[in-house]
Amino acid sequence: MTLITSRRGFLAASGTALGAGAVLTVGFSTKGLLAAGTQDVVFNPFVSIAEDGTVTVVVKHFEMGQGTSTGLPTLVAEELDADWDQIAVTFAPSDNARYANLAFGAQGTGGSTAIANSFMQYRQAGAAARAVLVEAAAKTWGLDPAEISVEKGVISGGGKSAGLGDFALAASSLTPPQEPLLKSPEAFTLIGKADLPRKDSRAKTDGSAIFATDLHLPGMVTAVILRAPRFGATLTSFDASGAEGQSGYLGAQALTTGTGVAVFGKDTWSAIQARQAITAEWDFSQAENRDTAQILADHQALLENPQFQTRAEADQQTSEAALAGAAQVVEAEFHFPNLAHTPMEPLCCVIAPTDQGVKIYDGAQFQAITHPTVAAVLGLPPSAVEIETVYAGGSFGRRATPNSDYQAEAAMAFALLGRKTPVKLAWTREDDLTGGYYRPLAVHRAKIGLDGEGAIAGWDHRLAVKPILKGTPFESMLVHNGIDHSSIEGLSDTFYGLPAFSVGLSDGESQVPVLWWRAVGHTHTAYAMEVSLDMAAEAGGQDPVDLRLALLQGEDKDRQRLRGVLQLAAKAADWGTPLPEGKGRGIAVHKSFGSYVAIVAEVARDGDEVAIERIVCAVDCGLAVNPDVIKAQMEGGIGYGISAALREEITLAGGEVEQLNFPDYEILRMGTIGTIEVHIQPSTEAPTGVGEPGLPPSAPALANAIRAAGGPRITVLPMTKSGLFFS
Amino acid sequence: MGRKLTINGEERAVTAEAGTPLLWVLRDELQMTGTKFGCGVASCGACTVMIDGWPTRSCQTFVEDLEGSEVTTIEGLSGPTAEAVQQAWRDLDVVQCGYCQSGQIMSAVALLNETPQPSDADIDAAMAGNACRCATYQRIRAAIHQAATKAEG
Repeated sequence: MTLITSRRGFLAASGTALGAGAVLTVGFSTKGLLAAGTQDVVFNPFVSIAEDGTVTVVVKHFEMGQGTSTGLPTLVAEELDADWDQIAVTFAPSDNARYANLAFGAQGTGGSTAIANSFMQYRQAGAAARAVLVEAAAKTWGLDPAEISVEKGVISGGGKSAGLGDFALAASSLTPPQEPLLKSPEAFTLIGKADLPRKDSRAKTDGSAIFATDLHLPGMVTAVILRAPRFGATLTSFDASGAEGQSGYLGAQALTTGTGVAVFGKDTWSAIQARQAITAEWDFSQAENRDTAQILADHQALLENPQFQTRAEADQQTSEAALAGAAQVVEAEFHFPNLAHTPMEPLCCVIAPTDQGVKIYDGAQFQAITHPTVAAVLGLPPSAVEIETVYAGGSFGRRATPNSDYQAEAAMAFALLGRKTPVKLAWTREDDLTGGYYRPLAVHRAKIGLDGEGAIAGWDHRLAVKPILKGTPFESMLVHNGIDHSSIEGLSDTFYGLPAFSVGLSDGESQVPVLWWRAVGHTHTAYAMEVSLDMAAEAGGQDPVDLRLALLQGEDKDRQRLRGVLQLAAKAADWGTPLPEGKGRGIAVHKSFGSYVAIVAEVARDGDEVAIERIVCAVDCGLAVNPDVIKAQMEGGIGYGISAALREEITLAGGEVEQLNFPDYEILRMGTIGTIEVHIQPSTEAPTGVGEPGLPPSAPALANAIRAAGGPRITVLPMTKSGLFFS
Repeated sequence: MGRKLTINGEERAVTAEAGTPLLWVLRDELQMTGTKFGCGVASCGACTVMIDGWPTRSCQTFVEDLEGSEVTTIEGLSGPTAEAVQQAWRDLDVVQCGYCQSGQIMSAVALLNETPQPSDADIDAAMAGNACRCATYQRIRAAIHQAATKAEG
C-alpha cells in the first residue's frame, strides 16, 4: 500500500503537466510528499525510490499478459543500474499529460507499441534518476561524480558504498540532467537478458493477482446487463416481476441509451439469476436481422465493383490488362468469419464514488477514451474522474473500444443507483460471445496471372470488409480518401515486388459492431496474400521460399529484414529436406506493427485428420529487450491465430448470435500444437512490436503446410469447414 | 440458514442458498478470488479447485453437495508437489495474463498427485479442460515435466 500512497503523493505534489514531446519532469519539489509522511522520493513520473531501496516503476501501459509490467521496468532498471529484485511495479493513473503513449499522443495500449514508444522515455527516466543519485553520493563523499559507480543497486566510490535508497532524499533536491547520458547497447545487463523473470509471475501463480472482477468494495452491488438479442435493436419494455423475491435481487432499470436493462444483485450470482427471470421486448426495425450467409453474400456482391482502388502503383484496369495476357490465371475466394476476442476474464470493471467524483477500477486499455467517456456519461468534469488500472485477464483488443462500451455501461448503472453505491459491472461468457465488437467478416478474391515461366505477371485483388476505424476518434488519423487503413494494412502496402497488383476495396455493411482483434487487418490480409502466393508457387512450379525471396529482392530495408526472417525460419525448420508421405511444411512471412515474422508449420495428415507437429518462428523486432517475453508473445500470437483458423467463428441466425459459450466457440486447447520454436533475429534496430506480429503468418503457414501434405487448399475459415479434424 | 464448508482445512460458515455454485461462494461470499470465473458451464477450467483431492469445476459444483468434503483452492495449496508446480511455473515464466493459471495449477497438481511422471499424452489429456487464451500451453507442459522431475529428485 505504501507504493500506491506514494504515487498519490507524487501526483498531489507535482503541479505542472508535461508538454507534448517532453518525456521527463524531474527534480520538482517533493516537500509536500515528504510532509505527508511517506518515505518515497519521486524522481520523475516514472520512478520513485524508497529509503529501503525499493524502486517503484510507474508503468503507463496496462498488463494484459503481453509483458509490459516487466518490459518497462527493465528499461528503467537498466539505466538506473538497479538490482532487478529491488524493482516494484505500479500502474499509472489516467493522465494524458504524463502517461501518453507517445505513438498515439494519448494514454492507451495497442498496436504492439508499448516497448517501442517507451524505449527512450523509460531509459531516460532511469538514467536521470541515476544521475542525481550519483551526484548526491559524490557530494556526500567528497568525490567527483566520475569516481562513482553503480552496479546492481549499489553505489560505490572512494572505498565507500551505499544503496540507492540511502541517497534518495539527498538526490531529490538536485536538478537532473535534461538529457541524461544513456548506456550504449554493449553495456546492457538487463536489456536482452534471456532469463529475466517476469514481475507478475508470483502473484499470478498463487492466486493473489487482482483483476477488476476480484474487487469487493464495501457496500458494492453487482450489475449485469440484459442486452438486446440483435445488434441495433432497442428496448421497448421489460418485465422484472419474475425476479421479485429472488435471493439477492436488488432491482432492474432500463439503461438510458435504450440498449438494455441493468439488473442489480447483492453479488454476481444473484444478479445473473435475476437477469434470467426478467423478460424484455425489443424494437428490431433498425436491427441487424440477417443470417451470416446473407451478410457474406452481400459482401461477395460488393467485390464486383470495388468502391476504392487503394494502390497508387496499379489500378484494376492495369491488373486486368496483365491478366488478359497471362499464360495461366490462378483464382481464389477467401472467406473470413467474425471472431470474438474472448479474453479469459469476462469484461468487468468497478466504479465507486469518491470525494470529488468517481473512480473506475479497470483492466484499462484506453484510459484516454474511458476517462472522458465516463465523465460525459455522468456529466462530470474530467478532473472528477480517476482510473485505477488493474491486471487485465487478457484483452486481445477487446478492452479498447472507441466508445468504452463496458465502462460506459458501468457508469450508467452507477448513475441509475444514485451514484452513492460502488457498482461492479460484470459480463458473463455469454455476454462476451454475443456482445459484438468482433473481428469483421471479410471476403477476398484474388486473380493472379502467371507468365509462361510461372512468374507472377499481374494480380487483381479485391476485398470487402466492414471498416473498423470509420466513425471512431481514430478516423482522422487512419482513414484517408475514404480508405480505412485497417481494412487493407498488410496487403495494399505489401513489400513484395508484385507487377500489376491492384487492390479494390469495398466497405462491408452490417450492424455488427466490429473492432481490432489481435493484429487487426493483418489477420485476414496476411492469410489472403500468403496463401495466394503459395497457390502461385504451386501453379508456377516454384518453391514457396524461392518465390518469396525473388519477390523480396533489393536493398530496401523492409525487404532485407523480411528475407532475413524467411531464411532464418526456413533453415531452422529444415526447409527443403524430405518428409515422409503424408507430412508437409508450409511457410508464410509478414511484417506488422514494425516487426517481421516468418513461420514454418509442419503437419502430418492422415485422411481428413491433421496433426500440427511443429511450428518454427523467426522474428525480427529490432533490439530484443526481453527475449523471453518476445518468445512468449510469439507462442501466444501463433496459438491465438491458429486457434481462430481451426475452429473459431461467430455466426448470426436471423440476426442472433449462435455461439453462446465455449462449447459453441471452440478455442485452442492443450496438445493441439506439438511444439513451437522461436528464433530471434539479432538486431540493433529500435525495438518494435511483439504482441501481434506472431499472429498474421501463423494461419497461412498452417494452411500451406496442409496443402503440402496433400490436403485441400483452404481458403474458407475456419479450417474445420473444409472437413478437416485437428488432433 | 447457514452451512458449513471445509475450505483449505478450515471450517467456514456460509449463507449461500442451495443451488449456488461453489465458485460464487468462494469468490463473492468468502472473497477468496484466486479461483476464477471463466464460463460458468464447466468448459474452460478457470474455476478449478480440488474436492477431496480431485480437480473439480467449482462453477458446476453446488454448495449443498459439499457437506463432509474437503475443498482446496489456490490459496490453500501446499506440500511438495504444489510447491514444485508453482516454482516451475515461475522458473519458466508460464503466465501471461494469468487469469486461467490458478485453474491450470490446480489441474497440474492433481495430475501429478495421481501420475507423478506424466507423459505428454497424460498431460494433454489431464489439462484439456483448462483453456488458456494466451496459449501458454507449451510452457504449461514444460513446467509440469519440470515439476515432476523435481518432485522425483
